[in-house]
Formats: sequence, structure tokens, C-alpha cells
Amino acid sequence: MKNIAKVIACAAAFIIISSLPALAGNGVLRWGGDSEGGFPYMFPNPANTDELIGFEVDIVKEMAAYLDMTPEYVNNSWDNLIPGLERGLYDISINGLEVTPEHEETVNFSIPYYKTFLQLAVRRQTQDINNLDDCRERIVGTLKESYAQMVLEELGDVDVRTYIVEASTYEDLANGRLDAALFDSPIAIYSAGFNPEIKFVGPPIGEITYAVAVTKENKELLTKVNEAMVHMRDSGKLREIYDRWGLWSPVMAVEFNDFSPRRTEMTRYDEWAENHRPELTFSKKIERYRSMLPTFGEAAALTLEVSITAMLIAIVSGLVLAIARVFAPKWIALIAAAFVEFMRGTPLLIQLFFIFYGLPNIGITLDRFWAGAIGLGLNYAAYEAEIYRAGLFAIQQTQWEAALALGMTRWQAMKEVILPQAFRVVIPPITNDFISLLKDSSLVSTITLVDLTKAYGQLAGTYYDYFGTGIMVAFIYLIIGLPFVMFSRYAERKLAEQDKDGKKGMAHNFYRTSTRWR
Amino acid sequence: MVNLPEESLIVVKNLRKSFEDTGDVGVLNDITINIKEGDLVSLIGPSGCGKSTFLRCLNCLELLDSGHIRIGDVEISRASVSQKPDEHMLVTAHKMRTEVGMVFQGYNNLFPHKTVIQNVMLAPIVVKKMRRAEARDIAMKLLQKVGLESVANKYPSTLSGGESQRAAIARALAMNPKVMLYDEPTSALDPELVGEVLQVMKDLDSEGMTQIIVTHEMKFARDASDYIVFIDKGEIVEYDDGDILFTNPKNLRTKEFLRHFTGTETAVNC
Repeated sequence: MKNIAKVIACAAAFIIISSLPALAGNGVLRWGGDSEGGFPYMFPNPANTDELIGFEVDIVKEMAAYLDMTPEYVNNSWDNLIPGLERGLYDISINGLEVTPEHEETVNFSIPYYKTFLQLAVRRQTQDINNLDDCRERIVGTLKESYAQMVLEELGDVDVRTYIVEASTYEDLANGRLDAALFDSPIAIYSAGFNPEIKFVGPPIGEITYAVAVTKENKELLTKVNEAMVHMRDSGKLREIYDRWGLWSPVMAVEFNDFSPRRTEMTRYDEWAENHRPELTFSKKIERYRSMLPTFGEAAALTLEVSITAMLIAIVSGLVLAIARVFAPKWIALIAAAFVEFMRGTPLLIQLFFIFYGLPNIGITLDRFWAGAIGLGLNYAAYEAEIYRAGLFAIQQTQWEAALALGMTRWQAMKEVILPQAFRVVIPPITNDFISLLKDSSLVSTITLVDLTKAYGQLAGTYYDYFGTGIMVAFIYLIIGLPFVMFSRYAERKLAEQDKDGKKGMAHNFYRTSTRWR
Repeated sequence: MVNLPEESLIVVKNLRKSFEDTGDVGVLNDITINIKEGDLVSLIGPSGCGKSTFLRCLNCLELLDSGHIRIGDVEISRASVSQKPDEHMLVTAHKMRTEVGMVFQGYNNLFPHKTVIQNVMLAPIVVKKMRRAEARDIAMKLLQKVGLESVANKYPSTLSGGESQRAAIARALAMNPKVMLYDEPTSALDPELVGEVLQVMKDLDSEGMTQIIVTHEMKFARDASDYIVFIDKGEIVEYDDGDILFTNPKNLRTKEFLRHFTGTETAVNC
């Protein structure tokens, strides 16, 4: 019991310490983006997955250098880049954020750094789709909540499928699940420009303007960013970056009024294309998988940390809930029951979003680790509470009476007689729950934590390889779950031994030996 | 049975108890009885007559509705059921339980997660804050007394019913109670195991322990008790020495009840 109290105290201290507001970036430029499937904007370097590269990374470096600040990258899912900016996770966001009236309502944009258009792509052998109008009554894939999605929906009659990961869209196009794919041109070039099965068709569609997003309040920073942007454009630094990445286009020539020929080699694009041409040799593939191990290792450690912290929270608060439901005065029991039903009856994903993005509105700002751990922990607490409750009711009333008749107080009877027995009953189902929590922890990838699932998305997207990487990540989940599976088995065996006092009850499989099917 | 209240270890006056949900079953109507130190008293009566309720009221597992109970120096009184139990009453009830040992019906009332000796040691350590070593010594002596020293380190699930009940007796004795209560201690046992449990009670009687036993073992009640109390419909109908009560009951209800047992009685006597 003392130990449990210690754990609670430590957890409380951690929560308080870690929820203190982060020191404002003094000389540090915190910038938010999504590296998952983020080529060519920002993505892990295939040669060294710890390093983040991309033309936007180059822009930020250049900009920070001009402003004499240190860039610090903060990962967030693309859907949540703007909420994350408002929540103060970072100072600026730059990741293909389009200047749209909707966006401009909530944030300020710098002067644009890139202009592009939508590129339609179809399979090599497709003949009947040559422009946007041909997409009617066809299945077209695009990025969720993007300008392209809006364009397709305005066209009407299009079966629009939205994706979070660009690479999977082109994969689905190649394997026939989609008839066409509509994406910002840079994405199209980097996803399919080198893919022999896919071709680009039609003229440029629409106009897309990328700019740096800054909060409405932060006027000072916006001025600085604009200053840097003008400098980078006029000094030719931006042109150099686009050349290197193979992203200079006629549209950009008009925008920057620069019609001179290429001055820098497309080194970055060539590298990319080289790495992504299909049919890698086997040894190269193995080499690639090995290079993923450090990233997966870190991600697995985070998955474990979040899961174990969450489980501790679940075990302790579940016990409190169960005791409240069974022993506390009726109104407290009702509150506990309502909490349990609420947590079980609403999706975990929504709870995580609510805790991470919703609670700051009422002044409770948890960092992403604790938001994830507490979200998962409270959700599982509801399930643990039900397990404990079943465990408590599994103990016969005569045990209570025997304890009380010996002169114990209620609390003593609880501590010495009821809880130890209830724990014996609940250890196997709770261990089981932990294994499923380990898997549910993949949801914390939605609140900017780079766990195993997020790492899988990033690496698979980068290499265009969902198959091999998928098998790898599945095995990692299995391996980190294994000790808990073994503990569950061990506990089961141990309890059976205590009941039979050493006789090996479970070893003899009654079902296999003593019964007949027919 | 002419003891004055001052001489009696146990004094019960106008004890009433009823339940909201069970109707007439187990209700007590105005029980008054005094029990002397060292007596062995058997309670008999048809099922649902209230004899178990009486035991449970004595050690306050059930709080009395009204009346007065004194065991040794601990006294609990309640004017009527409308008097809310206050802190003092609850403290007294708890104190009463520490002074009274109880053994229940059935044989799975030992704590299954503790060994036999741990079962016996637990209450002295937890309630009396006794040191482990001392508690272990006492527990071992008690286990020897009930003949269980050889299974001291086994878990309850490996014991026979008779061994379990003897262990339960040792566990209750570890708190050094003034009175031992038994609620049908042998009713769930195989017939051949009943004797070993009853023998322990006889031994305790010869040591001067005050014991009250709810039982259907009429032979034991008749032979071993100082007197037998017949309870029916929540009242004490009659009490007397075993031989007198069995051979010459005064009350018609007693006669009626005992008739069911005379068959077996004769058989046993033969």
C-alpha cells in the first residue's frame, strides 16, 4: 500500500513539473510540421533516419540563420498543425500550409515562399482521363482536408477518397483501387515522378500558395519572418533550394520574375528518385531495414514508457474507482459509475484530442507525453475498475464476516483479507488489458508523439515500403508485448499452484485427454 | 439458570432484531438470557427460528434493534431501532467482536491466500499489533492444541473439512476471546469428520472456556452442554439440562421439535 501511495505521489509531482509552461523560445525558433509521408517538404533522410531533410527544412535553416536563431523541430500530425500552433507547441508552422480564407481566419500568413498547382495522375495505361473534367464518376484519391479535396468536391459527381499518407494514395492508384490521384505538384513529382506505372496528365489545375503560419498575436515574429523571406528571395537562396530539389517550375518563374536557366544541379531529387526506383537488391533492402532499427528502437521505448505510465495510472485510479463504486456513499458511487460509463462509452481518440487540444482552453496544459499517458490511463482505469469490481464480488461475503468477527476494522479486513484475494483474481485479466493497452498506445501518435506506429508511418512513407516495414513493426510490437504475455501465464500458473498447493493442475490438459469430440 | 446478572459473563436483556428483506426468518423477539462463565450452551431450534441471528447479534455482526447485551465489561444498549447507531455504539460493537470468537458454518471461511499458521497469526498482528514472533509462537501452540501442527504451512485448500473447522477454532482462539460462538460448525462436514471438531470443543470446555453452539448434533448437545436452549419463532421457548429437556420437555413446541430427532437419538444410543 505504501508503494502505491509513493507511485501516486511521484505521478502527481511529475504531472505538476511537466505541465509547467515551456520556456519561451529565446533565440530558439520552434517550428511545427509533419514528417510522416512529408516528402519533399520534410521527411527523415533515407540514408540516416535521425536526420530531417526536405526543401522546407532548408528554408527554415536559411531563415533561422538570417534571423540568428536556432531552429527546433516539433512534430505534429498535419491535420493538427494549426491547432498545435494556437496551443503554443511551436512558434511557426511551415509544412505545405495553403493560404486559404479559412486558414487566414485563425492564423496570419507570411509572404508566400512557394507557388504551385494541382497535378492529376493516372495509371500508365489509362486513356480516358486527361483532365479534371474526366474525373467525374471516377474514384479519385487525394490528401485529407487539402485544396485538392475541395476542388474535387466542387466538381461534383466524383467519388473522393481522402488519405493521410500521400504514398499510399499512389500505391492505391497503381494497384487499381483508384482511377486517378490529385495532389500538389511537389508531392506528385516525389511520389510518382519516377514510377513507370504512373503518368501525369492535363494542364496545371488551380493555384496553391504556401506560406509560413504564425499566430494572430505574434505580429513581431511575422515581421521578422517576412523580412527573412524577402531577403532569401532577392538573394537567390530560395531559387537555389528549389533547383536542388527539382521543384523550380514555370509558375515559380512567373512568381519570382526569374526566367534564368538552372544554376544548381537537382541533387536532392536525383538522390530521392534513385532510392525509390522499384526493385532494390535484397542486400540493399536488408541494409535499409537495419538502418531503421535505431528509429524503431527509440519509438519502441516511447511506446513502452507511455504504456507503462498509463497502466500505472489505470491500475491505481481503477482501484480508487472500484472502491468508490462498492464502498463509498451512494452519491460518490454514482459519480464513479458515471465516470466509468463515460470513459468506456466514448472513443479513446476523442478523449486524447480533448485532453491535448481541448483542456488548454480552460487553462490545463499537459505536455504530449502526459496528455497521452493520462488519456490512455484514465480510459483503461474504467476497464480496470470493472475488473476490480468483479474481483471484489468474487470474494465470498463469509470472508468479510470472518475478518470482522476476528475484530478487524473494515479497512483492516479490506487490506488484509479482501484486496489480496481480489488481486489474485484480477492479475490475469489486468495483464491481458496491459497487452491491449500496449497496442492502443498507437493512438498517441495523433498527439505528436513519435511512437512505434508513427515511426512506421514515417519510415514506410519515406521508403514507399509499407510491406516490409509493416512486418518489422508488427514484430517489434510482439516482442515488447512478450514479457507481459509471459508474466500473465506465469501468474496464472502460480495461482493455480497455490490453490492446489503444488499439484500441477494446469499441466494436465483435461480437455485434450479425457473427452471425445463425438 | 438462576444466575443473577452480576455473576453472569453474558447478560442479554430484551434483545430484538428484525430484517427488512427476509420477513419472519431469523427475527428475534425479546430474548433475555444470562450465561455463566465456563458454561457450554447449545442452541437448538427449527431453521429460521433466529438462533443464528442471536449469535450474530452477540458479537455485533448484526447490530441489535433494541435491548441490551453485556459480555464481560463491554456493554451495548439500544433504545429502539429508530435510534441511529452513533460512533460510540459502533466502537463498542467493534470492541465486542474483539472479545468474542466466532466459527462459522461451512468450512471455507479460512483465508485462502494465507497458510494455516498465517491464518491464525493474522488477527493478533493486525488487530492487537502483536510482534510476528510472538504471534507465531501462540499460533503454533494453538495449532498443537487442535492437532494441526503438521499442516501449519499448508494452504487451506488442501485441508479436509474437519481440519478447516479446527483451524478456524484456533484462529478465533488466537485473539484470546472471553466467549466462543459456533454457528453450526459441523453441519457441512462429512459425518466421520464431525467428531474431531466436537472433541476440540469438549477440550475447551474442560479448560473453562465459555462457549455457545448453534447445532443440530443432538447427541453432542445432550452429552456435552451444561444446558440446552430451545428457540422457536424468535423466542426462547425453554431451557434446561440436556437430559431433562430431551426426556421431559415442558413445552409442546419443544416436544414437537424433538420428536424429529428421537429416531436418531435412539439409534445413536443403541
